[in-house]
Amino acid sequence: MAAPEIDIKYVAHLARLHLTSDEEKKLGAQLGGILGYIEKLNELDVTGVEPTAHAVPMVNVTRADEIQPSLPHDEALRNAPAKANGLFMVPKIVE
Amino acid sequence: MLNQLTISELAARLAKREVSAREAMQSCLDQIQRVDGKIHAFISHDAADALAQADAADKLIAQNGRDTSHPLLGVPVAIKDVLAVKNQPLNCGSKILGKFVSPYDSTVVEKLKAAGAIIFGRLNMDEFAMGSSTENSAFGITRNPWDTERIPGGSSGGSAAAVAADECLAALGSDTGGSIRQPAALCGCVGLKPTYGRVSRYGLVAFASSLDQIGTFTKDVRDAATMLNVIAGHDSRDSTSVPQPVPDYSAALTGDIKGLKLGLPKEYLIGGLDAEVKASVDAAVKQFEKLGAEIVEISLPHTDYAIATYYIVATAEASANLARFDGIRYGARVDGNDPIELYSKTRGAGFGPEVKRRIILGTYVLSSGYYDAYYLRAQKVRTLIRNDFLKAFEKVDAIVTPTSPTAAFKIGEKSDDPLQMYLSDIFTISCNLAGICGISVPCGFTENPKLPIGLQLLGKPFGEETLLKIVHAYEMNAEWHKQKPAM
Repeated sequence: MAAPEIDIKYVAHLARLHLTSDEEKKLGAQLGGILGYIEKLNELDVTGVEPTAHAVPMVNVTRADEIQPSLPHDEALRNAPAKANGLFMVPKIVE
Repeated sequence: MLNQLTISELAARLAKREVSAREAMQSCLDQIQRVDGKIHAFISHDAADALAQADAADKLIAQNGRDTSHPLLGVPVAIKDVLAVKNQPLNCGSKILGKFVSPYDSTVVEKLKAAGAIIFGRLNMDEFAMGSSTENSAFGITRNPWDTERIPGGSSGGSAAAVAADECLAALGSDTGGSIRQPAALCGCVGLKPTYGRVSRYGLVAFASSLDQIGTFTKDVRDAATMLNVIAGHDSRDSTSVPQPVPDYSAALTGDIKGLKLGLPKEYLIGGLDAEVKASVDAAVKQFEKLGAEIVEISLPHTDYAIATYYIVATAEASANLARFDGIRYGARVDGNDPIELYSKTRGAGFGPEVKRRIILGTYVLSSGYYDAYYLRAQKVRTLIRNDFLKAFEKVDAIVTPTSPTAAFKIGEKSDDPLQMYLSDIFTISCNLAGICGISVPCGFTENPKLPIGLQLLGKPFGEETLLKIVHAYEMNAEWHKQKPAM
């Protein structure tokens, strides 16, 4: 079974990942091969099989609603590429 | 040479005050100085900080002796570059984290420190743990201590190489599809991947959250039990860690495996299995029989679908997890005119080729119109794979397989063919999908060149005691683990 063509540019946009045109070409060819291999899952009948999201599912995990120490403000900002007035700096979002 | 000791050997000598923790640490630092230029297991290490920790350990030993309350007191343990250690750099083998310094300790590191361990060094790895050869690191490749023309395995290649080369006594790694067991096999040390949920993942940078598990690299099985005793247990900061009591894993090492049933999956006799690897595993199976275990042929019928399932589930989860590396709150940033351009440029410049490949694949299989065909189907096949194992474990106590179909391959041999690289994970991947535990121990060598061969045992969920008991009994009678690379 042939794998579908991947629209690399579109997927890269969804992933917010800039690719050079060389990367697009190389990735397109490699992913075609990988998706072709993955097609083998279609050989199996999975009717009525429940999906496994976690091998050891734990549901409704909560802890007591108590105030606990958390990362100090300056520690949280310690690795920021750009900061000012105790905030992360980002490019303008709204005109 | 103190750096060559196991944890239990060093512990005994520290307790008798024959040696100091400083001497042990210095001996590891000397070894790094001597060999790490050739193998490059470490991205960085802070010698002064390590020696200061050793001095603190010596002070404690002088005051209170070395009792069982600090089972790792004075033991040098190195850490894969994917785990947070307070005030140390953390890069995940990637450029995108820039000059990131961890503001807190991961739970496992907190526990190791509380047990008295000297935590030092950042061990090299495939970028974001994506790879099987440690060729995908932004900090250069790591080489196999047995043959520097060959890969150490991956993604925890630095951890395996450092332990095999006696640059530390033990190391931590992470295993998403074999990233502890495969490099342990290829470098000739003991690599343990505990059951999903056995060890807290708090402070582990996430690759595929439903598959990732932290585990250990050690020089023998006893040390693996000692390390697991320290790092296992429930943690309220990781909602997927399981509140099960932690037994004394060391107490399980009785040497007696009479009557235990070991399963040999018939599906694991695949075409690409190397003849010398097969011969070593067959010999190990004979050894188990001699020790009184019963060998049973079993079937894991969905084995052939594990890699395809894995590369959907793991890349899908990775594409979501790695969305956080966007140049806003931490790490490197490439400026743009608007936030989208900033994200896109930052990620384009910061991620290496394998990470990009997996983000694109993962984004694609989750994208509108393909979710059901790929991701949902893969999750259903994952159920079938897990059921195979649960059914097998009704009949047997553990499953025996090779860890890797071949010994270490040459640097560059598979780096241009991602699918071939993925196929080398055939024996390790199902364990993560099923959420069970697994361990690799040395079981022989290829002849020319001399390269380690690994034996994998897979155990029931939370069956680490039985698993360790079995491989410990084997190790006592095989002693492959005592051989050292020449370097």
